[in-house]
Amino acid sequence: MSILLIVFLPLLAAILAGFANKSLGLVAPKVVTTGALFVACALSWPIFIGFLAGTAEAQVVPVLKWVASGTMVFDWSLRVDALTAVMLVVITSVSALVHLYSWGYMSEEPDQPRFFAYLSLFTFAMLMLVTADNLVQMFFGWEGVGLASYLLIGFWFRKPSAGAAAIKAFVVNRVGDLGFMLGIFGTFLVFGTVSIPEILAAAPSMAGSTIGFLGMRFDTMTVICLLLFVGAMGKSAQLGLHTWLPDAMEGPTPVSALIHAATMVTAGVFMVCRLSPMFEQSETAMHFIAFIGAATCFFAATVGCTQWDIKRVIAYSTCSQLGYMFFATGVGAYGAAMFHLFTHAFFKALLFLGAGSVIHAMHHEQDMRFYGALRRHIPITFWTMTAGTLAITGVGIAGFIGFAGFYSKDAILEAAFGSGTSVGTFAFWMGIAAALMTSFYSWRLVFLTFFGKPRWNQSEHIQHAVHDAHGHHEHEAHGHGAPAQEDAGEGTDHHDDHAHAPHDLGSRGPDYAVRGDGTGGYHPHESPLVMLLPLLLLSVGAIAAGFVFEHAFVSDGEGEFWKGALVFHEHLIHAMHGVPTWVKWAPFTVMALGLLTAWYGYMKNLSFPKAVADQLGPVYTFVYRKWMFDELYHNIFVKPAFWLGKVFWKVLDIGVIDKFGPDGAAWVVARGSTYAQKVQSGYLYSYALVMLLGLVGAISWVIAG
Amino acid sequence: MSGFPILSLMLAVPLAAALACLFLEAKAARTLALVATLVDFALGVVLWLNFDVGGAQWQFTERLEIFSGFSWALGIDGIALLLIMLSVFLMPICIGASRSIEKRVGEYMAAFLLVETLMLGVFMAQDIFLFYMFFEAGLIPMYLIIGIWGGADRIYASYKFFLYTLLGSVLMLVAMLWMVHTAGTTDVPTLMAYDFAPSVQTWLWLAFFASFAVKMPMWPVHTWLPAAHVQAPTAGSVILAGVLLKMGGYGFIRFSLPMFPEASAYFGPLVWGLSMAAVVITSLIALVQNDMKKLIAYSSVAHMAIVTLGLFAFNVQGLEGSMLVMLSHGLVSGALFLCVGVIYDRLHTREIDRYGGLAINMPRYALFFLLFTMASIGLPGTSGFVGEFLSLGGIYQVSTWAALIGTTGIILGAAYMLFLYRRVVFGEQKNADAAAMPDLDTRELLMVVPLGLAVMWMGVYPESFIAPMRADIAALDARLARAKPHGDSAPTTGKAKPAHAESAAHGGSH
Repeated sequence: MSILLIVFLPLLAAILAGFANKSLGLVAPKVVTTGALFVACALSWPIFIGFLAGTAEAQVVPVLKWVASGTMVFDWSLRVDALTAVMLVVITSVSALVHLYSWGYMSEEPDQPRFFAYLSLFTFAMLMLVTADNLVQMFFGWEGVGLASYLLIGFWFRKPSAGAAAIKAFVVNRVGDLGFMLGIFGTFLVFGTVSIPEILAAAPSMAGSTIGFLGMRFDTMTVICLLLFVGAMGKSAQLGLHTWLPDAMEGPTPVSALIHAATMVTAGVFMVCRLSPMFEQSETAMHFIAFIGAATCFFAATVGCTQWDIKRVIAYSTCSQLGYMFFATGVGAYGAAMFHLFTHAFFKALLFLGAGSVIHAMHHEQDMRFYGALRRHIPITFWTMTAGTLAITGVGIAGFIGFAGFYSKDAILEAAFGSGTSVGTFAFWMGIAAALMTSFYSWRLVFLTFFGKPRWNQSEHIQHAVHDAHGHHEHEAHGHGAPAQEDAGEGTDHHDDHAHAPHDLGSRGPDYAVRGDGTGGYHPHESPLVMLLPLLLLSVGAIAAGFVFEHAFVSDGEGEFWKGALVFHEHLIHAMHGVPTWVKWAPFTVMALGLLTAWYGYMKNLSFPKAVADQLGPVYTFVYRKWMFDELYHNIFVKPAFWLGKVFWKVLDIGVIDKFGPDGAAWVVARGSTYAQKVQSGYLYSYALVMLLGLVGAISWVIAG
Repeated sequence: MSGFPILSLMLAVPLAAALACLFLEAKAARTLALVATLVDFALGVVLWLNFDVGGAQWQFTERLEIFSGFSWALGIDGIALLLIMLSVFLMPICIGASRSIEKRVGEYMAAFLLVETLMLGVFMAQDIFLFYMFFEAGLIPMYLIIGIWGGADRIYASYKFFLYTLLGSVLMLVAMLWMVHTAGTTDVPTLMAYDFAPSVQTWLWLAFFASFAVKMPMWPVHTWLPAAHVQAPTAGSVILAGVLLKMGGYGFIRFSLPMFPEASAYFGPLVWGLSMAAVVITSLIALVQNDMKKLIAYSSVAHMAIVTLGLFAFNVQGLEGSMLVMLSHGLVSGALFLCVGVIYDRLHTREIDRYGGLAINMPRYALFFLLFTMASIGLPGTSGFVGEFLSLGGIYQVSTWAALIGTTGIILGAAYMLFLYRRVVFGEQKNADAAAMPDLDTRELLMVVPLGLAVMWMGVYPESFIAPMRADIAALDARLARAKPHGDSAPTTGKAKPAHAESAAHGGSH
């Protein structure tokens, strides 16, 4: 029954915080939402541990009737099994920590209650998604997290770029949702139900059947699975429908950590795992998933290597890691996919929150070109981010010990290789290449941010910060000055730098811009404890989650843990153990290679990256511009949509339909009249007359008849 | 309740109040209109509470023979009940939204009350000629509301409105005459069970279609709607979108489908085609509008296309879904027009670009506008989702093409509504006058809060709304069964795998 509390406490908190808004002050809404999440988290871990210990059984808690239309019946209910338990722990833990972190990160934000209400609302929707016992409730959660994502990306709604990114996220996700919806329709048509357990039980019997779709005939399970997978592609930002994710970085950084790294974007992976007995029935769909996953993991990694914005690097990294999870499911290694989802949640949330701490320290500067040498100024952030980097790059010694990502990523790569299919081999090589690049861009981030010499004085944000601090008293007088204009929400609301900076900066005079040390006279400060505590706790996850939970997720005991919550291939586990030694060592080798390259390019020979970029010329530009997806989509979807809208309106509606319809009729009528006004007011009477005459005729006919 | 003519009373209350309003001065007319509509709402609640779900198909029947054949026959089934509830729920809100009307208030209120009587009559009438009278007469006060209290271009709008509707009504009347002559009765329930020869059905269907398609409105006879909405006063738009647009759908479900099942199936693809065109074309047009009311008007056409898709899906999901879309659209588009009215009253412009950044000075408004925007784009948990989902799920069973194109509406709908929301509510405050607008006051909250609650109720627990119509839809579905088209999916049965292969595939999953 604790599941009811876990799911509905965040909703209740969101409603309270949202409606109270600022009327109860800024603290009460924070206490309510954060408290609710910590309670939910505390209740979730015992459920997870119960499944680990093998004592818990899958259960479904009914909540309320929802829809019963003919044979289509679905209710609100909460399903808890091993798969859900994993997600519960991930969602509530990361969400609770992100709530806590936001106390510090958003401390100067006047709209805090709204922010915390959105965060809790998101958590509720995500929990509804993972506890769904039928496809429609899953879709409810699916769209609910989309709404929360929309609201949080657009949280700083004054900023035009935030508004645009919010719409883009919602609309691109809706493209995926179209597939999801059609997939549900197809499932209902074929199985006569939308209940997940019933579908999964019936799925094997439909293998080999065919179905008509858009006038052609296809394999039934392939059609349904691919339609559903389109939904997963949208939510999990897979190649083709990924364009919203980097733009979503317009949202506050805690949001990026929770929604766009740890939880929401993994919903697609969760869906494929949840429905794995269905996907198993279509080899084509599985191959397609593996291919898309592998392509995404490669594509996003290439882009990640070239970006300067710290959040965008991590965003592309997320996209890439999701690709790993998908190709794992595509080769049938659902346990490994869930394992990576689990470890990734911790280390990626850590990296994002760490980036937030850096951004916080650097007065909202997000461009890594203006960072450098920060490790001495924000040491805790540095060490925790290093832990995250060690985890994502997969540092560890095969068969002995390693950071979280080492276990899960290696499991995926071994499974891809061990599957023995050609698409599995393709995915393996793509994964190896991406692992090389992951190591490169992750260490590049660390080196650019924490090592080398300060390059802060070239940052406008820093210049403003120092300038504002210098003229602090004036700043108070004219309210939100220049930074407010530039940063919209973010800059307006963080004045903690201004608060303590004047003491030491006031005496330095106006020469900060020309000081040779690159600091520009700026002193970054380590973040407050409420922000560091989540970092430290997530570091524990990033370090230990792999080692501790490997046995449950991806070893011979896997089947016992999952208890049928997802498809488990015994033979794949054996194949994973049986891969050649070079396969086991390949991830470590490329990780070391990536680290060395990053070290050479960003520590040793600083002109090297530019030389390489120049050498690559157009290829570099192509990758740097994100493979031109945005430009392409703008030209083939956005622009034509607006153009067509104008044509349909001006030409079709006004030019054709109106001209030959009512306007034409009016012209005919008006010709016989000298005064249009008179004619028009006369319509009413003629109309009434026609009706009256008609009725008289009708009645007399009936009477006569 | 047996024997008490509650339906006649519900018609009489607004009618009597309408007559009284003509002779009252402004303030008294406002009060009387509000009281009368609230009384009718209360009667509606009584009606709903006394409606016997699962009981007789036609309840609260009244019959007064006037002369041979023609009679004052009223009665409702679950379908009519729901639309009646929608109407009586929206009416007090419309009266409340008419605060800014200062010209000829008494006549304005009278016109509105008359509209209420006539549209309730449409849903209650059990005599086909009585239905026709209510159906056509309802347009006259609406025509006056637009023509007298409308915007600058009101004359053009009202004549366009009139021309279109005239087109269909004459044909429908002729068809009705033929039907009554052939079947020998004016009784609607009897006609619903009467089997007209399939060859004749074709012509009858087309005649009714001419009227209902315009009322719906379906593409391409929709162009009266944006013009009428733009010119109508706020309350006029609410009632036009909220209830009058439902008359077309009600007509299909009450007449075309049960009376002409074969013809309906025959013309199904035509309806699908027009609906698919409407979803795509009007959604794209909505995307490029700079007039808020026009945008919502075009979005209405797209939503009504989902209704027609559901209706002509010939299955329970489609039919129930389309009813729910109609109810939801009544609430949501009504609410959206109210939202436009709220800021129109303050700034006197519908031009989207004159606003911006309203979240800053009108946070409560931003919240409700968001709720209705989300309901309009069918977010699960709001009323918009359930109907849309069932309708599209229904049509998928007969045509995957229609389902695919219809479902693109969820993408396009999100695009134009969020684009609208962004331009009005997000962004910086560009204009001082828009930035100075006060947030929702108590009167406005009293209008939007009930709508918001109803939207959530229908989204979370639609059973309240499905239950009354379940038996009627099942009956209609049974009536349509003989003409039901074959779907294009037609899945074959699977080749069950050999037992050992299956167990291998599942491995340790058991």
